[in-house]
Amino acid sequence: MTTTTSHTGLDLEAKLELYRVQVALRQFETRAYDLFLENYVKGTSHLSLGQEAIAAGFAAAMRPDDYTFATYRGHAHTLARGVPMTPVLAELMGRTNGLMAGKGGSMHLTSVEHGVLGSYAVIGAHLPIACGAAWSAQYRGTEQVAVCFFGDGSTNIGAFHEALNLAAIWKLPVVFVCENNLWMEYTRTTEITAVPNPAADRASAYGLESIIVDGNDVDAVYEVATTAMARARAGGGPSMIEALTYRHGGHSRADPGKYRPEAEVAEWLARDPIPMYHARLLAEGATEAQLVEIEHSVAAEVEVATEEAKAGPTPGADLLMKDVWADGGSAWRN
Amino acid sequence: MAQLTFREAISRGIAQEMRRDETVLAIGEDIGAAGGVFKGTVGLFEEFGPLRVRDTPISEQAILGAAMGAAMTGLKPIAEIMFSDFFAVCWDIVVNQIAKSRYMTNGQVSFPLVIRSGNGGGLRFGAQHSQSVENWAMMVPGLKVVVPSNALDVVGLMAAAVRDPDPVIFLEAKCLYSSKMEVPDGDIVDSLGRAKVLRSGGDATLVALGAMVPKALKAAEELAGVGIDCTVIDVRSLVPLDTVTILREVTATGRLFTVEENPRLCGWGGELSSIVSEEIFYDLDGPVVRITTPHIPLPAADALEDMAIPSVERIVATVSTSMNA
Repeated sequence: MTTTTSHTGLDLEAKLELYRVQVALRQFETRAYDLFLENYVKGTSHLSLGQEAIAAGFAAAMRPDDYTFATYRGHAHTLARGVPMTPVLAELMGRTNGLMAGKGGSMHLTSVEHGVLGSYAVIGAHLPIACGAAWSAQYRGTEQVAVCFFGDGSTNIGAFHEALNLAAIWKLPVVFVCENNLWMEYTRTTEITAVPNPAADRASAYGLESIIVDGNDVDAVYEVATTAMARARAGGGPSMIEALTYRHGGHSRADPGKYRPEAEVAEWLARDPIPMYHARLLAEGATEAQLVEIEHSVAAEVEVATEEAKAGPTPGADLLMKDVWADGGSAWRN
Repeated sequence: MAQLTFREAISRGIAQEMRRDETVLAIGEDIGAAGGVFKGTVGLFEEFGPLRVRDTPISEQAILGAAMGAAMTGLKPIAEIMFSDFFAVCWDIVVNQIAKSRYMTNGQVSFPLVIRSGNGGGLRFGAQHSQSVENWAMMVPGLKVVVPSNALDVVGLMAAAVRDPDPVIFLEAKCLYSSKMEVPDGDIVDSLGRAKVLRSGGDATLVALGAMVPKALKAAEELAGVGIDCTVIDVRSLVPLDTVTILREVTATGRLFTVEENPRLCGWGGELSSIVSEEIFYDLDGPVVRITTPHIPLPAADALEDMAIPSVERIVATVSTSMNA
């Protein structure tokens, strides 16, 4: 088993960008929650508060034409690939200036032009789909890599195992990333999983190395991501990375997360990836003013996105019957 | 012009498209060197090699997930699900992922893929290898559904399915695999959403699909002998559905009989009956009659299976009874 923690490999400018992305994800998710409480965001949403380092670290290691496959907890992975805040927030609010004009919602964020090939809301389904994108890249010889994020709960469904086996036998350029936040919805993952590390302990069954990384340390995530992606690009096949992390809130917007012991929550809040990284950057030569400037500029960006999203029109009937088929329509008969 | 079996027509249709377009790939269980369990892919592995004709593990979710991911990134996969009953273990990928994602993403992604599958009964395989699932597929927004009834249509509709930019479920009636017909040489390209009038008669219109088409034709011959002259339509494509042809032919005779292999409830004939009663009710001279498999799992014993699936005798008896009522 390899446990990776590293603080090396990036210059200060690159690390400030990693900080900016994490702060942006944090402030976006906080705003999304507030807008839910104000009834601007309808339906459900699953926030990545506390898990920002994984999205930020991987996105930084990806090429612009690489593919991201995310789950319903996908706001962070979508934004980290460079999708602007306004269309994401507007999508959550069901507006026509949303990323999918309001037709997908929080759980299905997709932006093909940014390589975000979708957020999938049925557990496990996107692992084989990511294999397909990787198969396509392999066949076309493009050296693109598919990165597939999923939660610890996904490791117990059949599609997980089918995908790992296929990726291994076809040596597909895919990186599987388990965001192990210790809780499968409302149940502790170790209570319903045969092994202590739900992804890493299964890797060897498919001939893969067991890799566990501190998912709250963006530098460590970046390093392990870079290694796995280089391997995939070079034809070395898939990797499985288990990133240990913790969600600060509940599973979804309706869940206060009260089933978790207070001491455990406190322990992980003390390991919040953003203050930790803030302290590290100061130690590595950044100034407090630089970091505050980043936080303020992100806050301003969130304000603008909020106003733009709120100003977006609600969709009309013209959108309802569009785009079932590639011809743009929905006719099933002549 | 050559005599071609239905199963040979499948590999001919796939090969025609793979020669034309190198982004067309085939995947499935045993489809490579083995040529498919129903021998529907014989010769493809030899001609196109292991990178374009790929054997998979018994992992239906992986097969269809891979097809979906490949389709959204520039390829045109033809995936095989060996028996259509096995759609039940990968239906999430078909219904929730492939069928919905174009709509959900406001048209950002397309899925130019074909999912082939051996469908239906008549081979004494029992309830888990004999179902007709065309009604499962038809009820899902975002899927096109094609069911050929003969070798010529297999080649042409396969080409049309591969060239279509949307996901197509291509159901192959297992009991027709060994049926033969003359098929012209050269490329054959048909189009989706076109029913075919196979026989014209003035008294009643029989609308059939897949393996029921040859039975409906045979029944029409027998009915002609007792003075009932039938039009026979091969639906060929459930989605898109050629209601123009069907409604025209039902209007002309005033009577509609559907011949369906699917179990009774929510079979495609139910939808057709609804369309006919909403749109040409006053052109009807009698009730719409559905001839279907009863609403039961299919039994294995030949004697029982033959009672369950509509037979030529049942079609003849039902039509003549209803026409003489």
